[in-house]
Amino acid sequence: MKLTRRRFLQGTGATIGATSLAALGFAPERVLAQTREFKLAHTRETRNTCTYCSVGCGLLMYSLGDGSRNARSRIFHIEGDPDHPVNRGTLCPKGASLVDFVNSPDRLVTPEYRAPGADAWKPVTWEFALDRIARRMKDDRDANLVERNGQGVTVNRWPTFGVLAASASSNETGYLTHKVFRSMGVVAIDNQARV
Amino acid sequence: MTNHWTDIKNADVVMVMGGNPAEAHPCGFKWVTEAKANNHARLIVVDPRFTRTAAVADLFVQIRPGTDIAFLSGVMNYLLSNDHVQREYVAAYTNAPFVVREQYAFDDGLFSGYDEGARSYDKASWAYELGPDGFAQVDPTLRHPRCVYQLLKRHVSRYTPEVVSRITGADPARFRQVCELVASTAAPDRVMTSLYALGWTQHTVGAQNIRAMAMIQLLLGNMGMPGGGVNALRGHSNIQGLTDLGVLSDLLPGYLTVPKETEPDWKRYVEVRALKPLRPGQMSYWQNYGKFFVSLQKAWWGDAATRENGFAYDYLPKLDRLYDILAVFELMHQGRVHGYVCQGFNPLASAPNRAKVTEALSKLEFLVVIDPLRTETSEFWKNAGPSNPVDPSRIRTEVFRLPSTCFAEEDGSLTNSSRWLQWHYKGAEPPGEARGDLGIVAGIFQRVRALYQKEGGKLPDPILKLTWPYLDPASPSPEEVAREYNGRALADLPDKANPGKTLAKRGDQLTTFGLLQDDGSTASGCWIYCGSYTDQNLMARRDPADPSGLGLAPGWAWAWPVNRRILYNVASTDPAGKPWDPRRPLVRWSGEQWVGADVPDYKPDVPPSAGMRPFILNPEGVGRLFGADKLVDGPFPEHYEPFESPLSADPLHRRPAARNNPAARIFPDDRAALGSPDEFPYAATTYRLTEHFHFWTKHARIPAVLQPEQFVEIGEALAREKGIRDGDRVRVRSRRGQLEAKALVTKRIQPLQVAGRVVHTVGVPIHWGFIGLTRPGYLANALTPVVGDANVQTPEFKAFLVNVEKV
Amino acid sequence: MALESLDVRRRSATETTSPSARSSVEVAKLIDVSRCIGCKACQAACMEWNDLRDRVGETRGTYQNPPDLSDQSWTLMRFREVELPGKGLAWIIVKDGCLHCADPGCLRACPAPGAVVQFSNGVVDFHEENCIGCGYCQAGCPFNIPRFGARDGKAYKCTLCSDRLAVGLEPACIKTCPTQCLSFGAKADMLRLAAGRVRELQGRGFEEARVYDPPGVSGTHVVYVLPHGDPALYGLPREAGISPLVTLWRSTFARGLGVVTMVSVLVAGFFHWMKVGPVDPDRRADRKEE
Repeated sequence: MKLTRRRFLQGTGATIGATSLAALGFAPERVLAQTREFKLAHTRETRNTCTYCSVGCGLLMYSLGDGSRNARSRIFHIEGDPDHPVNRGTLCPKGASLVDFVNSPDRLVTPEYRAPGADAWKPVTWEFALDRIARRMKDDRDANLVERNGQGVTVNRWPTFGVLAASASSNETGYLTHKVFRSMGVVAIDNQARV
Repeated sequence: MTNHWTDIKNADVVMVMGGNPAEAHPCGFKWVTEAKANNHARLIVVDPRFTRTAAVADLFVQIRPGTDIAFLSGVMNYLLSNDHVQREYVAAYTNAPFVVREQYAFDDGLFSGYDEGARSYDKASWAYELGPDGFAQVDPTLRHPRCVYQLLKRHVSRYTPEVVSRITGADPARFRQVCELVASTAAPDRVMTSLYALGWTQHTVGAQNIRAMAMIQLLLGNMGMPGGGVNALRGHSNIQGLTDLGVLSDLLPGYLTVPKETEPDWKRYVEVRALKPLRPGQMSYWQNYGKFFVSLQKAWWGDAATRENGFAYDYLPKLDRLYDILAVFELMHQGRVHGYVCQGFNPLASAPNRAKVTEALSKLEFLVVIDPLRTETSEFWKNAGPSNPVDPSRIRTEVFRLPSTCFAEEDGSLTNSSRWLQWHYKGAEPPGEARGDLGIVAGIFQRVRALYQKEGGKLPDPILKLTWPYLDPASPSPEEVAREYNGRALADLPDKANPGKTLAKRGDQLTTFGLLQDDGSTASGCWIYCGSYTDQNLMARRDPADPSGLGLAPGWAWAWPVNRRILYNVASTDPAGKPWDPRRPLVRWSGEQWVGADVPDYKPDVPPSAGMRPFILNPEGVGRLFGADKLVDGPFPEHYEPFESPLSADPLHRRPAARNNPAARIFPDDRAALGSPDEFPYAATTYRLTEHFHFWTKHARIPAVLQPEQFVEIGEALAREKGIRDGDRVRVRSRRGQLEAKALVTKRIQPLQVAGRVVHTVGVPIHWGFIGLTRPGYLANALTPVVGDANVQTPEFKAFLVNVEKV
Repeated sequence: MALESLDVRRRSATETTSPSARSSVEVAKLIDVSRCIGCKACQAACMEWNDLRDRVGETRGTYQNPPDLSDQSWTLMRFREVELPGKGLAWIIVKDGCLHCADPGCLRACPAPGAVVQFSNGVVDFHEENCIGCGYCQAGCPFNIPRFGARDGKAYKCTLCSDRLAVGLEPACIKTCPTQCLSFGAKADMLRLAAGRVRELQGRGFEEARVYDPPGVSGTHVVYVLPHGDPALYGLPREAGISPLVTLWRSTFARGLGVVTMVSVLVAGFFHWMKVGPVDPDRRADRKEE
């Protein structure tokens, strides 16, 4: 801190004043020494699993709002689940700051579209995005699906389209993603197992 | 992991090599601390850098990046030449006594059957000598000159301590100490665990690195033991789950494999995978392959999968080649991939040779990014100054960016490294218009399906007939999907042992994959997950009780397979079915059946005297010291130099073909982008820091505070040579790209004496990029080469060449 | 709330005797340096729980970040690479932060009533609403802990999560520590645990291992296990004690002097006001210093 002459004088004045007043018996009227209010006292607790590494630490997430219709929930604190057999309440620095991931200013909040050659995003509706993605997929599949190879064997593969799946998405998401894209004949499916 | 996180506490020796768990998995590393505190365990760390794991190690050895096999082969040589092996275990539970075919040979780095033009092996000679009964020949005395034991002894005899030190740069005295500590666990009542991660996988010899340790663990009798095993510490929260679910180019759920175009019908496809036992009395569990496969097809295509159409075999694509991520970016770079979906994956940051990835993405017609965060990949077309110097007007790719929920805003299960499927719950609404991944994938699928319904098109059946039994077709619930991958009976399943009774009624959720059938009467989307969601969701169980004291917590969540916590656990008992170590009794033969604290990994009523061996998935029934034809680059591990090596001469072989892994694939443009030691003299490796997670936490404030700015680690000697001081800005260049970062000059990376010269190592942490709350930085993969492990194509991020200069 | 005025042992600049009817267990945090992996989980959990966010700084050739304690960083891992004779390279990583002295120099030095409070469980807590930003706590601290807010000029430091303690929870850093480098409990239990850790370390070749609970401040409620023994190696004072100047400043003599000065100032001020009129400091030249 930068101590200016003015602040020093103020501080010194207050110091001398306060100590001397106390010495004369003029103690402040109330001696409150309470601690900070416990911030989790009336919040909702939800159990979850850390999204980062594969230890799979148990989490307790605390959110604002009691779930009533007009309250919008927001997670404001996360700590370790003490019952979890592996992490036993502990969390690493990333896990201990998960709340900053959940509430990151870099979270995406709306579908966006970047046209060929454009230098900026354009917010779009889900309908626009999904319709157009489906259209492009179907057109490419119809044009490039290989039904038979040179030997006449049925191969039914779509080699011009690929999917990279999320290493932190749930099993349910992974399973459905696999089911959907494999049914279309996609072979270029991969996940983050290698990198 | 063959074992699980908490089990590490049972170890007497913890060997960390190819990983850095104190930084990458701190809460799992807790159990190493517990082993040290409560079990007086010793921690060994072998690494190119003195890491935060090394900071609490009892013994640290620095090695040159990419020389792990030389080190481990040296350890094997020590164990075999000093007879520090668990002999009874080796004779009974490994293929040491198996006799190998006469045609098998190894000479100067190459195994028999090599075709230099094709860069691949004909593996026919890497096989056991079969008797007239069709079973493999064995010599229980281990004396036959062609038995695996003798072959292995011969193979590793070249890795003397001098050779190990010459190749790896390891201090000979410390190498010897490691050998002695490791050897101490050959005693039946002492156990070593091996913890590894991408430090072993991200090499052109990645699979063989791990095999080398698996072989050591077999020689020491540490597989199947509490406190033992070979434990992969997976990198991401559900990478285990996605691998289990087969979300990889050549896999189907439950480690079934995608058919090849050489397998025209499902019978042939199943036949080559349902391996017959190679020894009498063995289970060879993959004989059930057909049941798992048919149940998967029924889960996906329901009534449309019939015996007549080979259970919809033709609905699956057939492979003509590999489509791993390196191959796909090569194809994309050639303009042969048009559309790409990146769901929670940031390949611009994660894939090797970032310049190539940028060019490849620019050739796409459309890119769909589904992510909770602003990833670099989604903005690969956006100019961000020197760290993303692109011209948007020249990039024609159409990009869609779809906001998804994160873990905190959804229900579902994740599979951790312990193979535990843990259910989690939604705690808040997603921000803005973000949607769950299930809804997004369903949204895309529903629309594609509607287009095929309306317009027809090529091969619509697999899409039109895909089962979609979800209450809200636009947004399947996690429970519905979980019930589907678990599986159910499609008809009453009769109990053959009790006529008139059934094992499951039509419509019942199945309790175990033992009930799966190959006649179409069962459906299961992932056979190894069968039993996770029966009439209740076992993944949501929360009983932390640990009655055995071994840390199994059998009532917590659910572990695949069948809630078994330690794989191969019957190998923790001697051939009479008694625990090798009475202090750590996991399972035992009671006289009538297998019982114990864990679910026995065996047929429950087969006595040990029947000669069935504990590695029931293998046709041999035993662990493989000799890998036979399972890997493409040899039945034994062999040291090969990384594709970019700081040594101009091969320190081990005379043959040029054996300098690098002879069976590793490399595309011509990527070979042309390899650097030479004259221009790029320093060995480099990329890695994580504990404060960050990949390229995610740079978007989170606290981690950004804890490690705000990109840096590279340089040893004091090299820094002196180059006139670099702490905090100076340096440029690191490889043949493929460069980055600028602060220098962190350290005593923790020492120059090594290797093959008569000094090798410096440069450390490159990965976590920075051109978007986020940290200070802007360069993507570390600007530097890395596109060449993968010969078997699974994991890129060689852990050993490449760079040059460094002060800016 | 469990910790209120009845649980106060001492307040800064307060002469009234604290109520002492209740007795409570003295607590302590144990930092076993031999188990620290420098992961900074304690730093993260501290910032997260206490709703602090330090600035995104720079890298200066060390893993240590932020560079120092601040009003936003109440705990900090300090990293040091040391070649130890006969033992080789050691990467010494020490969690820095308030030691919660039994005889707190900050409290003794503080002139602002109730700005520093010592609870009967041993926690030394800063109450910023009473803080006047004078900096004396910093001078009084043998461990150089208190830091001043850039915006408010008030003193901040670790509270040992007194708000969590008050409801029976352990501090945030303790809970999060992945490797049991940090433990928390009754001080007597922590000392027993520490003695055991020292024995274990001696068995692993750390003959010099010792417990750090400096008597110069009558012991602390944060106790270290130092594997290599010498506190200086860990950035801790070998002999921790309160500066004699602080003792003097807070003595009865100094206070008497203060009263005399104040009365003189008041008298002088009264005559100045009568003769010259009020002084407006905002018009004075030293205003531009700010």
